[in-house]
Amino acid sequence: MSEKFTWKRDYYAGGLMLLLGVGAAVTGSGYKFGSLARMGPGFMPVVLGVVLAFLGILIAGTALGSSEPDDKKFLPDNPQWFGWFCILAGPVLFIIIGYYGGMIPAVFACVFVCALGDKTATYKSSLILASGVTVFGVILFHYLLNIPFPLLRGVNL
Amino acid sequence: MISTALTDLWYGFGVALEPHNLMYCFLGVLVGNLVGVLPGMGPVATISILLPLTFGMHPVPAILMLSGVYYGAQYGGAICSILLNLPCHPPHAVTCLDGFPLTKQGKGGTALGITVIAAFVGASFGITEMIFLAPFLVKVALEFGPAEVCSLMLVGLLAGSTLAKGSPLKGIAMTVLGLLIGIVGSDIETGQPRFTFGITELFDGVEIIALALGMFGIAEFMNSINNTESVDMKYAKVGISDMFPSKADLKLAFWPMIRGTFLGSLCALIPGTGPTIASFVSYATEKKISKTPERFGHGAIEGVACPEASTHSSVQGDFIPTMSLGIPGDTVMALLLGALIIHGIVPGPQLISQHADIFWGLIASFWIGNILLVVLNVPMIGLWVKLLSIPYRYLYPSAMFFVCIGVYAASNDMFQVGETLVIGVVGYILLRLDFHPAPILLGFVLGPRFEENFRRSLLISRGDLMTFIERPISAFFLFICVVLIAAQIYVWLRKPKIVQEEKAIEQQVPAAPYSEVAG
Repeated sequence: MSEKFTWKRDYYAGGLMLLLGVGAAVTGSGYKFGSLARMGPGFMPVVLGVVLAFLGILIAGTALGSSEPDDKKFLPDNPQWFGWFCILAGPVLFIIIGYYGGMIPAVFACVFVCALGDKTATYKSSLILASGVTVFGVILFHYLLNIPFPLLRGVNL
Repeated sequence: MISTALTDLWYGFGVALEPHNLMYCFLGVLVGNLVGVLPGMGPVATISILLPLTFGMHPVPAILMLSGVYYGAQYGGAICSILLNLPCHPPHAVTCLDGFPLTKQGKGGTALGITVIAAFVGASFGITEMIFLAPFLVKVALEFGPAEVCSLMLVGLLAGSTLAKGSPLKGIAMTVLGLLIGIVGSDIETGQPRFTFGITELFDGVEIIALALGMFGIAEFMNSINNTESVDMKYAKVGISDMFPSKADLKLAFWPMIRGTFLGSLCALIPGTGPTIASFVSYATEKKISKTPERFGHGAIEGVACPEASTHSSVQGDFIPTMSLGIPGDTVMALLLGALIIHGIVPGPQLISQHADIFWGLIASFWIGNILLVVLNVPMIGLWVKLLSIPYRYLYPSAMFFVCIGVYAASNDMFQVGETLVIGVVGYILLRLDFHPAPILLGFVLGPRFEENFRRSLLISRGDLMTFIERPISAFFLFICVVLIAAQIYVWLRKPKIVQEEKAIEQQVPAAPYSEVAG
């Protein structure tokens, strides 16, 4: 072990697995465990949770033992907060607008917002792309594939 | 035995050539070729998007189409590697090493021509292998009881997680995570809801499409947004006339092609070693036995022919364990297995006899699909090359739309879109922590069947765990598991020469600006 203690990415990785494993095992212990011959619904979750927690310890442990420096940080070199936000906002808008408004506004909003996430995108280029995809999407999914998703809620098209 | 196989194959052609099935097979390979060419879209995401659209269809055309996407994408992927030096699809990453230098020398067309030939040769052998091997495997597998199935699945899961890229320990952790995700929903025997946290939508379990599109769609886009280099189209000018290789080139490429095919088909049989590993291994082998190894990396035609043949023969061979044993070798196969289950078909050794139309129709459609792909790729090469110049900033928003509507269409439920979003964020965090998401899908698909068989085998043995060792076939599979783990520990402690060589080749491959994480 190196003398100076430094944080490594694998500690987070191992820790996350440990957390998930313990979580699964604890939740699973709420179900009937049963015996080997007659396994209850809780058997697999507990066993797998324990295995996952053990693997988490191993992952962190091997990182502790190796002297290799961590090559990458958890966040990439140039974090794309705005890009990530746009990508995640797309489906959120799709859900909300799709639920209240219908397919046309949902698709348009989703593509438009996602497209804005790119560095080189402008409002105009995103607008054109969103319109194009909306027209294409409506033709393909509504008219050809008959997905039950009203084009505009409240309006009978 | 040969005559029955030929009769069955004849029957398969009858199925695959039905106009309806033929149309979907064509659609599949066309879409596959398209997403193969487009950087940043992979077969996993595409198959997941198409899957809900097949719900209303008969299973035969559905499976033919979805499989077509997979092998069609392999034809397209090579174009990207050779002309642009972009290893967007992991199995074609090695092809960059010699393909792009050839392009720079103005021989890109020849390289593509050789690729198409190598692909066809490799695929043909892979299909032939499937025709004769799958029924044989079935004969063995029909003897399996729950204990054997369990041990066999363990081999598949372990191989899939340790032989893939990245740390084997993390691979196994991902498999276990996949198994846990597979548990979500009502317990089959008692109906007890597990890990649902009171959310009614989760009682049926996690939707496979949501899982696949979250991990391989949204997480992927988050990883590559604004992280892409502008594509250099300087050399990407190819016409049909350039594509016919000279006699000398053909002669040079012939034996590497055969060796690649052979290696690829071997890799296909080992669970967990898909086309990516096959291409790396065959490139390394070819370089080693070549009389002029210094030519490799500077535009050796052998360096294109060999990995390509190996990739395609492995892609077709990949279907063997999936179709005959119900054990998928990689992510795409896990997804196809999931598609079979959704269509109400129980995967396993009984598939070939109970659903002969699917199995033999699929094999026949491979031949037809590969011929269609050769036809698609030679005269239409100009069109594919043009597609390469579509910038990523138009691609990913359109793909996000397909992700949203695809997941919605799976159950006409907005909840699934939200589920995909959450899985996408988790997937991205896992990616940043150096976890590869491929084994998750493997564990997820096999999980429920694993649990069912595990419970049943212990019920039969009255709770005696020795049953897994006392039954010889099961003991043999467990022995393989031990060997797999021992091999990993050996590699970890000693770092043998082969691994170092493969690592060296891996480092030569240009960093993918937007690579598909499935490998």
